Amino acid sequence: MIARTDLQALIDALADADYEVLGPTVRDGAIVYDGIARISELPAGWTDRQEAGRYRLERRDDAALFGFSVGPHSWKRFLHPPVETLWTARQGKDGIEVETPSEPTPKFAFIGVRACEVHAIAVQDRVFLEGPYIDRSYRLRRQDAFIVAVNCGQAGATCFCVSMQTGPKVESGFDLALTELLDAGRHEFLVEIGSDRGAELLAKTPHRPATDAELAAAEAVVARTAGQMGRRLETDGLKELLQGNLNHPRWDQVAERCLSCGNCTMVCPTCFCTTVEDHSDLAGESAARVRTWDSCFTLDFSYIHGGSVRKSARSRYRQWMTHKLASWIDQFGTSGCVGCGRCITWCPVGIDITEEAAALRAAPRAAKRETHGGN
Amino acid sequence: MASAETSAASLVDPFTPQIYRVGRVQRELSDTVTLALAPLSGARPAFDPGQFNMLYAFGVGEVAISMSGDRAVPDVFVHTVRDVGAVSGAIARLEAGATLGLRGPFGTGWPVAAAQGADVVIVAGGLGLAPLRPAIYEVLANRSRYGRVVILFGSRSPHDLLYRRELEQWRQRLDIDIAVTVDHADADWRGNVGVVPALIPRAPFDPHEAVALVCGPEVMMRFTIAALCDAGVRPDRIFLSMERNMKCAIGLCGHCQFGPAFVCKDGPVMRYDRIAGIFAAREI
Amino acid sequence: MEGIEQILRRHQFFADAGEEHLRLVAGCARNHRFDAGEYLCREGEPANEFFLIRHGKVALEMAAPGQSPITFATIGPGEIVGASWLIPPYRWNFDARAMELTRAIGIDAACLRGKCEADHDLGYEMMKRFLPVLVNRLHATRLQILDVYGKR
Repeated sequence: MIARTDLQALIDALADADYEVLGPTVRDGAIVYDGIARISELPAGWTDRQEAGRYRLERRDDAALFGFSVGPHSWKRFLHPPVETLWTARQGKDGIEVETPSEPTPKFAFIGVRACEVHAIAVQDRVFLEGPYIDRSYRLRRQDAFIVAVNCGQAGATCFCVSMQTGPKVESGFDLALTELLDAGRHEFLVEIGSDRGAELLAKTPHRPATDAELAAAEAVVARTAGQMGRRLETDGLKELLQGNLNHPRWDQVAERCLSCGNCTMVCPTCFCTTVEDHSDLAGESAARVRTWDSCFTLDFSYIHGGSVRKSARSRYRQWMTHKLASWIDQFGTSGCVGCGRCITWCPVGIDITEEAAALRAAPRAAKRETHGGN
Repeated sequence: MASAETSAASLVDPFTPQIYRVGRVQRELSDTVTLALAPLSGARPAFDPGQFNMLYAFGVGEVAISMSGDRAVPDVFVHTVRDVGAVSGAIARLEAGATLGLRGPFGTGWPVAAAQGADVVIVAGGLGLAPLRPAIYEVLANRSRYGRVVILFGSRSPHDLLYRRELEQWRQRLDIDIAVTVDHADADWRGNVGVVPALIPRAPFDPHEAVALVCGPEVMMRFTIAALCDAGVRPDRIFLSMERNMKCAIGLCGHCQFGPAFVCKDGPVMRYDRIAGIFAAREI
Repeated sequence: MEGIEQILRRHQFFADAGEEHLRLVAGCARNHRFDAGEYLCREGEPANEFFLIRHGKVALEMAAPGQSPITFATIGPGEIVGASWLIPPYRWNFDARAMELTRAIGIDAACLRGKCEADHDLGYEMMKRFLPVLVNRLHATRLQILDVYGKR
C-alpha cells in the first residue's frame, strides 16, 4: 500500500532514474497524456462523461486521481510516434548517401495505464516485434518503457473491456499496478508488483504491506467497474460473421453516416498504419524519409495504377471494422480491439462498433460470395 | 515466406535503402526500360523469382518493382520499369552511372522448384511478363525436370510486346510452346488477335498435371484463372502475383492488405485457392 | 479421304453430338481449303455458309478507307467462323481471311436452316452450341475494349 502523497515519491524515483514520466492531465477540455512531474498535475477530482460522439469533463465530488476512463490519447503516441524521420540522404560525389538518425531513445514511464491499454500495447507488440521484420525504433522505445498501471475505478458508457476480456483488472504486462482506494477516511493505493523493475522502484517509495481488508476493497473496486460496462460486444463467431458478410446491406447504412474522417483510427490504441513521405530540398541535394500515422479511411490509402482499390466509404469502413475484429485474428492471433470505446466516443457521428457488430449478427446473410459475373 | 536463401537480406536493415548504381539501360517499349543495378558495396543478395525490391528515386519516392532477371546471374538486380507515375518515371529516366536506393528482396516467390514434374503453364499479360521472366529462366535452366512448358502472353498491341526478341528466341527452342496474342492488331501483325484466356483451350498442356503461374492486370488474371479452372487446372495449382499499394514492404504499415493477407509478406505470389473468396470480391 | 461425318464428329464444335444430328448436319457439309490470303467470306455478302476450322488460322477483319484492314480477332483449329447465317438478313458482318493454309468444313446455311425448321430438336442443339461461342466472343471483345494493359 502507498499513500496518495507517496505517489510523488514514485514519480520522483522514476525521474531520478532518467525516465521521461508521462501521465494523464487535463488540457483543452480533455484528459490527455503528457509529461508530468508533480501529482498536482494529475486530473484530481475530474471524471469524463462519454457517449457515442460525445466527450465532456465533469467535476467529481471526491478527489480521485484516476476517476475517469480513457481520453483521446493512447500510449501508442509515445511508443509508435505520429511523426518519425526514418533516414536522411544526400547526393554525394559518388552517388546517394543515406544516414539513419542516431538520437538517443527516451526511456518512458507511463503512469495510469489501464487494463485495456496494457492489452493494446501487447497487441502492438505482436505487430511490431513478432513479424518477420521488426520495427527497430518501436523496440527501442518499448523495451525500457516502465508501466505503472491503474485498475479502473469506474467504467465509461462506451467501455466494453469485459466483452474483449481485456479488463478491467490488469493481469500482466506491467511493472506496478495501482488500485485507488478512496473513501471518507483515506486516499491510498494498493500496489501490485509485476516485475523486478517494479519491485526496485517500489523499494524507493514509502510503502507498507496491504491488509486483507485492503485487498478485498481493491477487488471490490474492480468488480464494481466490471459491472458498469456501458457497451457489450459479442465475440463468439464474430470473425466468421464479418468475413462471411462482405456484402451485407448494413455496410451501406453505416457508409451513409461515416465521414471517413479517420478519427477512430487516430484514437484507437491498436491502429498502426503509417505512410511515408519523401521530402527533398529545392536544390535536390538532400532528402529525407518521414514516417507518419496514416488511416485506412483516406481515399488514397489503397491507391494503385491511377485509382484506389477502396473508392467507396462503404468499402473503407468495412475494411477497418473487418480488419480490427476479424482479419487481425488471422494476422496476429488475437482481436485488434481491446474494448476501450474510444472509436465510439470520438466518432463525430457516433458510429458504434458494438452496434454495427450486433446489427450484422441480427440479420446475417448466408455467406454468399459476390463474384464478378453476368454478361 | 522468404526462403532461407534470402535470410541474408533480412540481416540488412530493411527500413534503409542500400545504394545501387545503374549499369546497363535497355529500352524495351516507348514507356518501359530495363535497368541492371549493381550494389555500390557488398554482394547482391540472393532472391527468388517472384520477389520484388523497393526502388528509391532520390527525393521522389519508392516503388515496388519485381525482379525480372535471371537469379543465376550474379552481381546485378534486373528490373523492368514502366513509367506510370512520378516515382516510376524518375526511375525509368535514370541513366547509366546514376545511383538509386534499393530495399529488398521482399515477398514470396513463384513455386518453381515445387512445380518440378508437372506441366508448367505461364500466362502473362502486358507488363506481367516481367515478374514471370525469372521463373521462365529457371524452368528453362532445368528443362528436363518439367513436363510440357507453355508460355501464353497477351499484350495491348504488337508495339507493346515486352521482351519480343527473347520471346522469338524461346520460340525457336523445340521444347517450349509459346502463343502470343494482342488486343489490338496493326496492319503488319500476323499473329493471334484476341484475349489471353482464349489461348488456354488450345494450349498443349495436360490440365490435370499442370501448375499455372499467372501475372498481369487483375481483370486479365481473373478471367485467365476462370479459363484455367474451366480447362481443369486445380485451383491449388494456380499461382498469381497480386499487387496493392506498398509503403514499407515489410508488413508494418498496413497499406498492402488484401483481406487478411499482406501482399508484401504473404505475397505477392499467392496460391489461388487460398484467396479465391476475396479475389472475387469488390473493393477489398 | 475421311468421311465428312467422321470429321464433324471429331471437331470440337460438335463434341458429344448425337449420331442422327451429325448425319443431318453432314448432309449440308462440304470440305474447303483456303490458301494463305484467300477470303472465306466478305462483309456484306450473303452468309451462305459457316465454317468449322480444322487446321490453320483465320483473321476476322474490318476494312476502313485509307488504311489496311484491321484484324480484331483470330480464329484457330477447333473454332468456328460465322454466326450471321443464323440471323436475318443473313449477311456477313466482317471479312474472314486465311492467314495461312486453312482447311475447313463449310456447312450450307440454307440447308441447315431448313433442317432445323423441320426438326426443332436439331435446331435447339445448334442453338445450344452456338450461343456459348457467341457469348465467349462477346466477353472477349469486351475485355479487348477495356484495354486492360493500357495506362490509366
